[in-house]
Amino acid sequence: MSAARLRRRKLVNAVMLRTTGACAIGIAAVLLGILGYLFLNGIGSLSLDFFTQLPKPVGETGGGMANAIVGSAKILGMAVVVGVPLGFLGGVYLAEYAGATGQFVVRYVTDLLNGVPSIVIGIFAYALVVLPAKQFSAYAGGVALGMMMIPIAVRSTEEFLRAVPRGLREAALALGAPKWKVLVTVVVPAARDGIITGIILNLARVAGETAPLLFTAFSNRFWSEGLNEPTATLPVMIYTYAISPYDDWHRQAWAAGFVLLMLVVTMNIAARMLMARSPLRGAR
Amino acid sequence: MSQAESQEKIRVEGLDFHYGASQALFGVSLGVRTNHITACIGPSGCGKSTFLRTLNRMNDTVPGTRASGSIQLDNHEIRDLDVTTLRRRVGMVFQKSNPFPKSIFDNVAYGPRINGGGSRADIADQVERSLRRAALWDEVKHKLHQSALGLSGGQQQRLCIARALAVEPEVLLLDEPCSALDPIATAKIEELLLDIADSCTIVIVTHNMQQAARVSDYTGFFLMGRLVEFDRTEKIFQNPAHRETEDYITGRFG
Repeated sequence: MSAARLRRRKLVNAVMLRTTGACAIGIAAVLLGILGYLFLNGIGSLSLDFFTQLPKPVGETGGGMANAIVGSAKILGMAVVVGVPLGFLGGVYLAEYAGATGQFVVRYVTDLLNGVPSIVIGIFAYALVVLPAKQFSAYAGGVALGMMMIPIAVRSTEEFLRAVPRGLREAALALGAPKWKVLVTVVVPAARDGIITGIILNLARVAGETAPLLFTAFSNRFWSEGLNEPTATLPVMIYTYAISPYDDWHRQAWAAGFVLLMLVVTMNIAARMLMARSPLRGAR
Repeated sequence: MSQAESQEKIRVEGLDFHYGASQALFGVSLGVRTNHITACIGPSGCGKSTFLRTLNRMNDTVPGTRASGSIQLDNHEIRDLDVTTLRRRVGMVFQKSNPFPKSIFDNVAYGPRINGGGSRADIADQVERSLRRAALWDEVKHKLHQSALGLSGGQQQRLCIARALAVEPEVLLLDEPCSALDPIATAKIEELLLDIADSCTIVIVTHNMQQAARVSDYTGFFLMGRLVEFDRTEKIFQNPAHRETEDYITGRFG
């Protein structure tokens, strides 16, 4: 190989290496930029009041979003109740029982459902829950977010069940356990940490959804009792406050954005820590 | 029925086995004698593991497989038995040790528990008895509630043997149980197999001819899906009737 050719190769290599490296840094910079910007703008407005007080009436400064924090928790809890059992059992069917046709159908349907715009999910939940009940509610918001969780819950459950080594199943079958017992006593426990990790990441993903909540949970400037009243949530409050004309509300929107982001980051870190101790971590 | 036949625990006649379109076993016939050790030897891919896995219908779990011919356990066709009952009577230990990610105690207690088990004390007794039979009790008695995954490879394989023994199978199938173990761990397992054989019928697949010669009473030599020769182990290793058997045991091929 000529020296010129070798030099050219080294040059191309150096350029490409730096380009890909720069792109990787750029990606990290986007996240750090969002975090930093929210931190700088949000931290000043963040006080104990933010976590303990109700929103103040229009025109007064101060107050907090305690109702929205509790409301988000209620609706996410409701979403877990709606989305996780369906998604988990669907994933069990997909991984353990479905034939080729069944697998194709379930995969196809979950992929399509995953692609449905969140606002459309919101409209559907509106028609399904809000219209018959004639009111906005945490139920409706939970149903909307729960539906959004189903496709990922199905696929992550399937993936972690499939990661359970065949040897473990055969060991249990060889002891005379019927298939359902093998699933309940060996396969699902072995996949448990992975499945829970999937649920946490899934929950973190829908925690920031705004569109499906606009006309399901709606919002509320006061405490909502139970699950059957219009309910404030952090994302909808951020939306409402950010488009308002008041400087104090803008500051509070930043604070709410910061809190929401921290919540999502915390859930992600918790999920990674859980996965790190899973017995399957080497198996995938 | 002659005396010899009446001592047969398992009778296999004309067993053919297919993985989809490819045939893995051709007309295998042999008798496994009660409370003796039968070894299956042969080169890789000769069908000996497939043969072993038909005896407890473990191949039923592999899609696209098909077995024909007759396998009788105590004169009953195994395909007519409930498969979970069959597997309780015919236990299995696999090539790669596969303890559950549970405690040592829970691994051994798994079989008794799923089979309806009895009281806690009964199960604890059964766990101790099984671990003793598998020559593992003294090494683990102080850490029964620690994870089984913390044991060494040889200990894990003996744990799997204890787990299989805890359901008190009449027959124990072992699929190359020592292939991943060092000579000391292998010796321990061979020793315990000789003990277990007092009350249990054993069929062992092995790549290791010395192992077959050391532990077994009867040996079958498989080649390309056919059972070439089946006889008393001394006969197979000292005076084989077939040229292929002699070539294999003397290391001329395989």
